[in-house]
Amino acid sequence: MQTFFDTKKHPLGAWLGVALVAVALVVLPFALAGIGTAWVRITNLAILFVLLALGLNIVVGFAGLLDLGYIAFYAVGAYVYALLASPHFDLHLPFWIILPIGAATACLFGVLLGAPTLKLRGDYLAIVTLGFGEIIRIFLNNLSQPVNLTNGPQGITLIDPFRLGSFDFAKRETIAGLDFTGPIKYYYLLVLLVIVIIAINLRLQNSRIGRAWEAIREDEVAARAMGINTRNMKLLAFAMGASFGGISGGIFSATQGFISPESFVLVESVMVLSMVVLGGMGNVFGVILGALLLSFVPEVLRYTVEPVQRALFGRMLIEPEVIRMLLFGLALVLMMLYRPAGILPSALRKRELEGK
Amino acid sequence: MSASEPLALLTAKGISKSFGGVHALADVGFTINHGEIYGLIGPNGAGKTSLFNVLTGIYSADAGEFTFDGLPLAGLKPNEVAARGIARTFQNIRLFANLSALENVMIGRHVRTHANVIGAILRDAKTRAEERAIEKRAHELLEYVGVAKRANTLAKHLAYGDQRRLEIARALATEPKLLALDEPAAGMNATETASLKGLLGDIRRDGTTILLIEHDMKLVMSVCDRVLVLDYGRKIAEGTTAEVQRDPKVIAAYLGGDIALDLKGAA
Repeated sequence: MQTFFDTKKHPLGAWLGVALVAVALVVLPFALAGIGTAWVRITNLAILFVLLALGLNIVVGFAGLLDLGYIAFYAVGAYVYALLASPHFDLHLPFWIILPIGAATACLFGVLLGAPTLKLRGDYLAIVTLGFGEIIRIFLNNLSQPVNLTNGPQGITLIDPFRLGSFDFAKRETIAGLDFTGPIKYYYLLVLLVIVIIAINLRLQNSRIGRAWEAIREDEVAARAMGINTRNMKLLAFAMGASFGGISGGIFSATQGFISPESFVLVESVMVLSMVVLGGMGNVFGVILGALLLSFVPEVLRYTVEPVQRALFGRMLIEPEVIRMLLFGLALVLMMLYRPAGILPSALRKRELEGK
Repeated sequence: MSASEPLALLTAKGISKSFGGVHALADVGFTINHGEIYGLIGPNGAGKTSLFNVLTGIYSADAGEFTFDGLPLAGLKPNEVAARGIARTFQNIRLFANLSALENVMIGRHVRTHANVIGAILRDAKTRAEERAIEKRAHELLEYVGVAKRANTLAKHLAYGDQRRLEIARALATEPKLLALDEPAAGMNATETASLKGLLGDIRRDGTTILLIEHDMKLVMSVCDRVLVLDYGRKIAEGTTAEVQRDPKVIAAYLGGDIALDLKGAA
């Protein structure tokens, strides 16, 4: 593994590694399409969760602020996109205008949540953020009166897909003899975006800003005494995390074509947080792994649990959903026992565990 | 700053602070001159650390004010005080425990560096140069306090004496004019204390004024120019180490009134 990604010690190996990963990423959607287009969609959703988890990682992993309402920013981004690109208000702005608006709006909400909670830590912050997440969802549910802003629980339908001139991301076309379905096009866009956001995460982590976040996470009093403006740095963490959530939400809106408050419940917040914690808080690659695992395993179960049970017992005894929660709980317990810092702990926590 | 009339770096006037009915500080005033090592002593609970916390903006004073380097400190937050040039260490060491020694000192550079989010993401030439400068300076400071060999060790795995020294390096990284040390020799053995004394001398020689809270009287009396003595939140004496040592009020505070009287009678 190390040989393939260490650009300093093994330049050739590193480039070979990058090339292998690149080829795999390019070929993957066509391989998946071979199994079924559903799997490309599932992959896209998994990548969306990677984006979300990376955004939450800035807040929770880097700055150490426990946020249980993160899905609210995803909701804000999704609704901004839906309202500005659907028949609901008969607005059809192009996605490259709406996504930044969505990110900015989510960012604003991030600061709105951050500002009153600056003095809160740990459990107290978690409770307030949880409440915030619920408030957003309840607003979305009820803002259909007196002015129909969100269309309430019915949600918003017929949301525009991404379009770039005549290039429509939702349309199936054949380019260079290859069958590009809608999900495959979105897949490539998402992969590009995820690469950019991984780079931003890694660079932030190893910067003056990232160190200030680490300092706040370790000891806020000492951080302030060392001249770090903890207020601004915490707001920055909330704002950055929220923006990533907003962008992911916009893409979610466009790929689904339909959104309702149902998609932004507390369990989703908990899922994203679990991805961060399971993968390894603060470690970008750990978080990606966590997000992929928690996105794919349930889908794999959905397609395997039933046939396996029918083959074994002749009928289905336990619903896939039940097994999913069972395994999820088991995974978290095992993790706390054997890998408390996550599957791929951050360098920091790893050093800590090895006792070096 | 002529020898005959030293310039005041920090002036405190009528500083008072109460917690409920406890007067932690009552009308405390003093002046610290440029280039001094100024001792702050007193029995446990005398208000030394409270004075530090008021000075560095962690608490706000009920009355009185500090003038630092010609400007008032009133109403400044701890990070603003640090930016103005006062850096401190903590009595119960507050390092960033899970970060390496080097990273701890690099964080100290935060207040004197400028890279913002855009710079951090784009990593332009200016940001990269600043990063290199931060790391270089951090290594120099580790060398300076004598923890260079443990640069990559997590702060919490350092020996106790090294943790104290690392805290000083981290404080120095903020380029303070006044370095406020809260019991730096606590828990140190004689050898470590002796080398700490050397370090304090070096820091003063290199132009940083020091405010020192310390219980190790041998260290205080040998290293400080002047000393302020607090007892029950009040200033009971101020002067050179020799003056303070002779002061009956100081002796009484440390040994108890009766013993002080006995000593007087014996003499």
